[in-house]
Amino acid sequence: MADRILKSISTRGLKNAVRGSQYKREALISYGILIVGYILLQLGAATGMIGHNLQGQFVPICVYASLAVSLNLVVGISGELSLGHAGFMAVGAFSGILVSRIIGFHMGAEPVILVISMLVAAFMAAIAGFIIGIPILGLRGDYLAIVTLAFGEIIRNLMNVIYFGLDDKGHLKFAFNHPIEGIENSQRVITGAIGATGTKTMANFTWGILLCLFTVFIVLNMKNSKQGRAIMSIRDNRIAGESIGLDVRKYKLMAFVVSAALAGMAGCLFGLNYSTLAPVKFNFNTSVLILVFVVLGGVGNIWGGIIAAALLTILPEAFRQFADYRMLTYAVVLILVMIGTYNPTIKSRINAMWSKINPMKNKDKKKSSKNKKTGKEAA
Amino acid sequence: MKKTWTKFAVVAMSFMMVFALAACGGGSSDSGDAGSTALKLGNTGPLTGPAAIYGNAVKNGGQLAVDEINAAAGSEVLAWQAEDDEADGEKAVNAYNKLMDDGMQVFVGSTTSGSAVAATEKAFEDRVFTLTPSASQVAVTEGKDNVFQLCFSDPNQGVAAAKYIVDNMPDAKVGVIYNNDSDYSSGIYAKFKEEYEKSGKKLVAEEASAEANTDYQAQVNSMKNAGADLVFLPTYYTPASNVLIQADKVDYTPTFFGVDGMDGILTLEGFDTKLADGVMLLTPFIASAEDEATQKFVKAYKDAYGEEPNQFAADAYDCVYAVYNAFQETGLDASAANDEICDALVKAFTGGFKYSGLTGADMQWNEAGEVNKTPNAMVIKNGVYEPVK
Repeated sequence: MADRILKSISTRGLKNAVRGSQYKREALISYGILIVGYILLQLGAATGMIGHNLQGQFVPICVYASLAVSLNLVVGISGELSLGHAGFMAVGAFSGILVSRIIGFHMGAEPVILVISMLVAAFMAAIAGFIIGIPILGLRGDYLAIVTLAFGEIIRNLMNVIYFGLDDKGHLKFAFNHPIEGIENSQRVITGAIGATGTKTMANFTWGILLCLFTVFIVLNMKNSKQGRAIMSIRDNRIAGESIGLDVRKYKLMAFVVSAALAGMAGCLFGLNYSTLAPVKFNFNTSVLILVFVVLGGVGNIWGGIIAAALLTILPEAFRQFADYRMLTYAVVLILVMIGTYNPTIKSRINAMWSKINPMKNKDKKKSSKNKKTGKEAA
Repeated sequence: MKKTWTKFAVVAMSFMMVFALAACGGGSSDSGDAGSTALKLGNTGPLTGPAAIYGNAVKNGGQLAVDEINAAAGSEVLAWQAEDDEADGEKAVNAYNKLMDDGMQVFVGSTTSGSAVAATEKAFEDRVFTLTPSASQVAVTEGKDNVFQLCFSDPNQGVAAAKYIVDNMPDAKVGVIYNNDSDYSSGIYAKFKEEYEKSGKKLVAEEASAEANTDYQAQVNSMKNAGADLVFLPTYYTPASNVLIQADKVDYTPTFFGVDGMDGILTLEGFDTKLADGVMLLTPFIASAEDEATQKFVKAYKDAYGEEPNQFAADAYDCVYAVYNAFQETGLDASAANDEICDALVKAFTGGFKYSGLTGADMQWNEAGEVNKTPNAMVIKNGVYEPVK
């Protein structure tokens, strides 16, 4: 019942109801990008057109793309600013690495190890998301951003003092704030600030794309479910949502926990792509980087985040020829792109150019403006 | 639906852009390989960010050695390329891959340990010979037959210190104060004790403390009561300074003996450097050392880059010379394939190849990739390091 009323008051819900094809379009584009990109890049790698440098970035790109998509669930769909996404990535990465080492001690089937590690990583990150989410989701806006930032840092600093090792018999050893004594160096799994060492690298591009597809699948379906509409209606008008009996905290927590779990999975794949991983990787900068992907791709836009993540991961590498001015160039390009994509004048110029090149666009515009009108009338 | 297709076009175009970028990267690598006679050395290190001092020192030190060798040979026999890795494992792998795209044949890297563990994993898979100048963690070489260290691995400093003390101060009564919560300190301590007791002698006192501890009263008194006249301090400079302060309070004046973590005690804020007078330490390189090789290097480095070289620059300088000398021993030329060069160099490095340079004499490498060399002993006098005579 609440759901039906909700549809009539929430503009987003209404849009979804009137234009059911929007979901299909978004899904089509998102899956299309991933699959076409996968095929093209694999072909490029196989034919030798793509060098080591770009090939080595395939997995990180997939990881960042799925992080962008999962953060979009909180920022775009739930409408909360979270700056602690790297923290959940860290939880997933280190728990995933630990599990992979434990299972790897007993058996060698990599795909099985990888899947189990990612599931455990998702579970652990979800727990972290739940524990953190309960006290903080009563906060709004900037306050939430500050607290999530702090929690991200707390997670990272905890990782700095956690030690895990596996002895000869495969028994797990744990120590807090001091190294484990009596084991060989190669038996150390996680060593405080040094992080994870001796990880067997199992990730590859195919797993990366599967992760992206899975993340997009979860987020898109969630967005277009009853729960998703509830979450979006709370975003659009919290008071209206509460007034029809929606449990605000429950729905916000749901988005937050799912987002954390997906980030954990991505972190796990990231961790299993490198033989070593230090907690310092998951600092504030990484959280902001993921947020930049989301903002550049368009808040709430799933496929935009994927493209932004891919481009912004490749750019600093592509700028290596600028040597000392590499990061400066990257920063300048980033600023220009941000201004360019959000400046209404430039945006309308680009749109105008588009419609000149593509006469179909005009018809399309008329159609959509008609839609808008009917939307307003209905509201 | 038509709008969908225009969006598809946008997507397709952005992929084409990515492709174009990729194709550029791939293309240049092919042209780079052909017709060149120089052996291509590559390095990754933090050229930007908080650890940039280390990365740039290695970059410059390596470049200096390459320039010298090329000038002496009269033609370009070596090429040097350093890429930024921001001291981050992920970026190190990217930088390493970029070097591979540009035709790297021998990897002189990475500069920092975390980066090196990630990048050498790739070098191991690709069969690229690796000699890291300054990545001292054991995990860098562990399990990788083609990865070697020019610096001591952290625990092996303990072995070197024990050997030095046994050889040069046979009558000393030795005590140790170490930090049991630090990998660095407890690793060196364990190796030191093992090596020292091989000589048939016993340590007169051993005391442990947490790294953050500032009160060393109990430990210092224990040393004093045991009659230790040489106290080995395998710690970083901050705990070492606290030990020195405590010893001064109780008028206890043994010889203190440190490792490379002690480097920095003279610039520690609020610490009276007079207390450090007479402290000995084993360290690979000190710019004020008066031997000819060091002075020549320091002068050349200052002329080229306008600043005093640090240990990292000397490490890189030695790396380039060591690789070049070993490569000449193998009799290969620079047109050989990477795995051929790798196998030949591994054979040379594990088969008795010797090198004496700025950071130690008679360097030799074992199968595990660890270096064995005679480190320089330094003593602090009037606030400056001087070589022990």
